[in-house]
Amino acid sequence: MNRRNIVQTIGFVLLRSAALINGTALAVIVWFMVSRGWRAISWSFLTQAPTDSMTRGGILPCIVGTVCLMGIAVAVALPVGVASAIYLNEYAAQGTFVRIIRLGINNLAGVPSVVFGLFGLAFFCIILKMGVSILAGGLTLGLMTLPVIIGTSEEALKSVPQTYREASLGLGATKWQTIYRVVLPSAFPGIITGGILGLSRAAGETAPIMYTGAVFFTPDLPGSLFDAVMALPYHIYVLATAGTNIAATRPLQYGTALVLILLVFGMNLGAIILRTRIRKKMRL
Amino acid sequence: MESSTKMHTKGLDFYYNDAQALYDISLEFPQNRVTALIGPSGCGKSTFLRCLNRMNDLIPKTRAKGEIMLENMDVFDPALDVVSLRRRVGMVFQKPNPFPKTIFENIAYGMRVNGVRDKALIAERVETSLRQAAIWEEVKDRLNESALGLSGGQQQRLCIARALAVEPEVLLMDEPASALDPIATQKIEELIISLSKALTIIIVTHNMQQAARVSDITAFFYMGKLIEVNNTDTLFTKPELKQTEDYITGRFG
Ligand SMILES: Nc1ncnc2c1ncn2[C@@H]1O[C@H](COP(=O)(O)OP(=O)(O)O)[C@@H](O)[C@H]1O
Ligand SMILES: [Mg+2]
Repeated sequence: MNRRNIVQTIGFVLLRSAALINGTALAVIVWFMVSRGWRAISWSFLTQAPTDSMTRGGILPCIVGTVCLMGIAVAVALPVGVASAIYLNEYAAQGTFVRIIRLGINNLAGVPSVVFGLFGLAFFCIILKMGVSILAGGLTLGLMTLPVIIGTSEEALKSVPQTYREASLGLGATKWQTIYRVVLPSAFPGIITGGILGLSRAAGETAPIMYTGAVFFTPDLPGSLFDAVMALPYHIYVLATAGTNIAATRPLQYGTALVLILLVFGMNLGAIILRTRIRKKMRL
Repeated sequence: MESSTKMHTKGLDFYYNDAQALYDISLEFPQNRVTALIGPSGCGKSTFLRCLNRMNDLIPKTRAKGEIMLENMDVFDPALDVVSLRRRVGMVFQKPNPFPKTIFENIAYGMRVNGVRDKALIAERVETSLRQAAIWEEVKDRLNESALGLSGGQQQRLCIARALAVEPEVLLMDEPASALDPIATQKIEELIISLSKALTIIIVTHNMQQAARVSDITAFFYMGKLIEVNNTDTLFTKPELKQTEDYITGRFG
């Protein structure tokens, strides 16, 4: 074997190991959670509130809370994010102003999640007087997801062939009709995928909601957007660091983590299925 | 047989950034005639064509000077709604570009964006347009299938039908057959000839046989300038300028 081939072989081995590490890490995490958590999961675990100082019972309030928080987050972040992406990609003249906005978005993406939490506490909870609530927590999560949604939506819009826009405008459509009837439908699969991916990451965040929407314990399901809720990631954090009996609740912690992971996987799977469905329908 | 002027340009200059692409083009397009624009690649044929329906507006930092008139409509009038211009001046592009929608919706699109709501009228005009574009027989049983499943030649005729459905007065075609095989090309050429009974057609082609076959008038462009324009027969048999003769006899370009 000559030198070039040896170098190439080494290169491939390195690349393959890198890919392998990735896959292994995921497999180990999943196995870890499943093997330790599945015993905790039962119908009552999913449908009851925690009891006995959270050492027994289920996690229904946490599931409901996380779903509510994400609902608010998506209701805010998706329209605002997609609208921003449309403006940046379709309307704005590409100049200094747009560059500054983009810089802002990129920096927003780099802001640590705990800072979003503090911002949410100061702005939504205190200044806007929302208190610790689903609304404040959801808005904070939505804000954090915004850069991801803008980024993926812009990518999706960029991937729509320019020839579609020209064909539409050439037929006497206005710019808005072109965007609404041709560009957005074509970009839709990409936008939805990005939205769900961003959201599923937000679902697992603790820092942004611990001051703004989630509380240690509340057995009641929320009655309005101004109620505080329990949430899956925060519940894990609480059980693992501040519970009354940390060792005894280990199975509950793993069980909760498993539910969270399944929720996130489920959302990602949903995104993939939705995208292939739409793609097939449009035969792209 | 004389024919009135449907559209004309006078002293048209065009710039991309500061690079001038068209120099002082004055050209008349008689009604219900096919005018072919020929010339070597990069001489400004597409740029000129896209001035006529202001498609170049989409490209940032471009600038046009001079006059373009569609009958009494000043194409460069700042108060002009460019949408109303593009309804009257349709366009078919070099590469077939159907929307990722059904065949029916592709054709109905132009009517829908122009506010036609009447379902019966839409259905009727979809059929008429597809018939005019000589593709009705091939697609009548699959109107609700995706247009992307058609062959390249069918897609291009579909795009022509789509343009016809808004009933334009002028049809701009930028090398409409250059991406197609000879049989599909022949169909498009026959179509152009039959459409010119009702429409004013301006077609860009770098294929001189095609220009000779389909057009009444031919304009020869070179390096952003209009070199010579004449009846197609005359231009191809007795060109006035040496430059034109060199090009059409294949000595350059
Ligand atoms: N979008 C553009 N930006 C800058 N220059 C362009 C653009 N499109 C075309 N040009 C230039 O304008 C000239 C004419 O191009 P074009 O009209 O496409 O020629 P043709 O259609 O005759 O091949 C060429 O020199 C080309 O490089
Ligand atoms: Mg061209």
